[in-house]
Amino acid sequence: MGSQAGSRRPFPFASPLSFRREHEPINARETAAPPIQARGLLKSFGGIPVVRGIDFDVLHGECLGLLGPNGAGKTTTLHMIACYVRMDAGQLLVFDMDPRRAPREIKRRLGVVPQEDSLDPDLTVERNLTVYAAYFDIPRAQAEERAAQLLRFVQLEDRAREPIRHLSGGMRRRLSLARALISNPKLLLLDEPTTGLDPQARHLVWQKLRGLRQGGVTMLLTTHYMEEAAQLCDRVLVLDRGEVIARGTPADLVRDHVGREVIEIHSAPELSPELVTRLEELADRVERSGDTIHLYFRDGRSPAAALPLLERLDFSQRKATLEDVFLRLTGRELRD
Amino acid sequence: MLAARRVWQRNFESWKRFYRASLVGNVLDPVLYFVAMGYGLGAFVRPIQGEPYLSFIAPGLLAGVAMNSAAFENTIGSFTRMEEQKTFKSILMTPVSITELALGEILWGASKSLLAATIFLAIIAATGLWHSPLDLLLLPLAFLVGLLFGAMALCWTALSPSYDFFNYFFTLVVSVMFLFSGIFFPVESLPDWASAAAWLLPLTHAVDMARALHRGELTSALVPDLLWLLTAAALFSWLAARLLERRLVR
Ligand SMILES: Nc1ncnc2c1ncn2[C@@H]1O[C@H](COP(=O)(O)OP(=O)(O)OP(=O)(O)O)[C@@H](O)[C@H]1O
Ligand SMILES: [Mg+2]
Repeated sequence: MGSQAGSRRPFPFASPLSFRREHEPINARETAAPPIQARGLLKSFGGIPVVRGIDFDVLHGECLGLLGPNGAGKTTTLHMIACYVRMDAGQLLVFDMDPRRAPREIKRRLGVVPQEDSLDPDLTVERNLTVYAAYFDIPRAQAEERAAQLLRFVQLEDRAREPIRHLSGGMRRRLSLARALISNPKLLLLDEPTTGLDPQARHLVWQKLRGLRQGGVTMLLTTHYMEEAAQLCDRVLVLDRGEVIARGTPADLVRDHVGREVIEIHSAPELSPELVTRLEELADRVERSGDTIHLYFRDGRSPAAALPLLERLDFSQRKATLEDVFLRLTGRELRD
Repeated sequence: MLAARRVWQRNFESWKRFYRASLVGNVLDPVLYFVAMGYGLGAFVRPIQGEPYLSFIAPGLLAGVAMNSAAFENTIGSFTRMEEQKTFKSILMTPVSITELALGEILWGASKSLLAATIFLAIIAATGLWHSPLDLLLLPLAFLVGLLFGAMALCWTALSPSYDFFNYFFTLVVSVMFLFSGIFFPVESLPDWASAAAWLLPLTHAVDMARALHRGELTSALVPDLLWLLTAAALFSWLAARLLERRLVR
C-alpha cells in the first residue's frame, strides 16, 4: 500500500491503484478484448439453478473480486472459466476463445488456485511444482529453475524436499499459489487464496498478488475477507443466489450503499426507545442485529452530533467498509 | 494425446518414492502361486495336454497376474487419486484433456502389469520353465492385458460412488476371469455352454495366446485373439474417458 493521502476519496482499504482506471488514459493494451467476457452465464446442478444469468468482463491487468455468501455461485463461475464446469447457456469468451471449443488453449494461459486443497500428497513440495509444470509441457530444467524461484517467492524454499503432509494449512495455500504461477499465466483464477492463513501469511500473499498485478497479470479472485477485496480488487461483483446484486469499485460501493462512517453500539438492550428514535433522526440508517445497533452516516451527515447521546454506552466509531456493504446487501442471516 | 505421458510420469514419480514396498508384492505374489498351485496342487494333478501342471498354468498365471495389477491400479489407485487426492481435478485445470488423463492412467496400469509380468517371467526362467525366446512375447502380451483390464477398471472407477463398489468388481470380474479363463484347466473341459461363455471373457483370449507362445507356437491362429484383445482395449479406453468426463466435468 502506498500513501492514501494522495487519493482523492479517502477510503481506508482501497489501494490507490483502484482509481487507475478512472484517472489514466486508456492505453493500447486495455483496448484489446478483455481476457474474460461473460454474458448471461447460466448453470444448474440437478435442475437447481446456481448461476443465473450473470454478466461481467475482466479487463486486462485488473483484479476483479467475486464476493458473495456461501453457495452464491462463485466457485461455479470460476470453474466455467477454467473449462471444468460446462455452462448451460450464455456466452463466455476467455482470451477471445470459447471454453467448449478451445479448452486446451485457454487452460494453457490460466493459473488456478482452487478453493479445495488439491496438492499432490504423493510428491514432495518441489515435485508438486515440477510435475505440474510438465502438464504445461515446460521442459524439466526450466521447470526446476522456476520451481526454485517460486518457492522463494512464497517463502517455502526450506521445505522443498519435504512431503506435503509436513506443511501447515497456510503453507499449503502458499504452495497452491506457487503452483498456479508455474506456467507464467496471463490470467489467475484465485478461489479464496488466503482462507486459513494467519495474518502474516495473508499479508505476504496480498503483497505477492499486488506485485503480480503490477506485472500485468489479470486476476479474478473470490474471497470472504472484505478487507482482502478492498485491498486487492479494482472492482468487485457481489453475487447472491447466482445473480449479480451489485458491482463497482470498493470505494464506490461503500459510498453508494452505506456511506462514510459507522457507529456500532454494543449494548442495544440498554437503549431507551426515545434514544433510538433520536439516533434515527441523526443517522441515515439504523440497523439492529442481535444486541448490536449500527448507525450509518453518509457524506452529508456527521456522526459527531450523535456522540454526546452515547456517552455512557459501549460503542465504537469507525469508517464504513466493504463488509458493511456486504452485510447490507446480503443480509445478516446465515446461508446454507 | 501426447499429454497422456505427463499423467503417466506423475504416477511414476509417485511410485518411485515407494517402489520397494510394491516390488515385494510383485515378487511374492507369483512365488506363492507357484508353490501352492504348482508344487502343492500340481503334485496331485496329471499332466494336462501333455504338459506338467506347473508348466501348463505358468503362462496363464502370468496373464492373470497382469490382469490383477492393472485392475488394482486403476480401481483403488485411480479412485484414490480422483477422490481422496483431487489429483484428477488439478490435472484437469491444466492443458491436459480428460481423454489424455484417462489414457495416462490406463497406460500406467498397463505399466504395472508389465512390471509384474517381467518379474513373473524371471521366476518362470528361474524355475526352469523357460521354453524358447517366444516366452519374451509374454511381456507385450501382458502390457496389452494391462491396457484392457486397466481400461475396464477405470470404467468401473468412474461409476463407483465409494471404495466398497470395488468388491463387486473384484468378485464379479477379476475373480471370475481368474478362475474360468483357462488358467487352471482347459476351457474345453467345461460344459459346452460354459466354454462358449468363457469365450466372452477377455482373459480367455489372453490365456490362449500366452499358452501358445509359451509352447513356442507363434501362428496365425493367434490373430483373432489378438484382435479381440486390441478391440476390447480400445473400446473400454474410449468408454473410460467418456465415463470419467461425465463424472468429473459437470
Ligand atoms: N457438483 C455439484 N453438484 C451439485 N451441486 C453443486 C455442485 N457444485 C456446486 N453445487 C451447488 O451450487 C451452489 C453454488 O456453489 P459454489 O461452490 O459455486 O458456491 P460458492 O459461491 O463458491 O460458495 P462458497 O463461498 O461456500 O465456496 C451451491 O448451492 C452448491 O451446493
Ligand atoms: Mg466456493
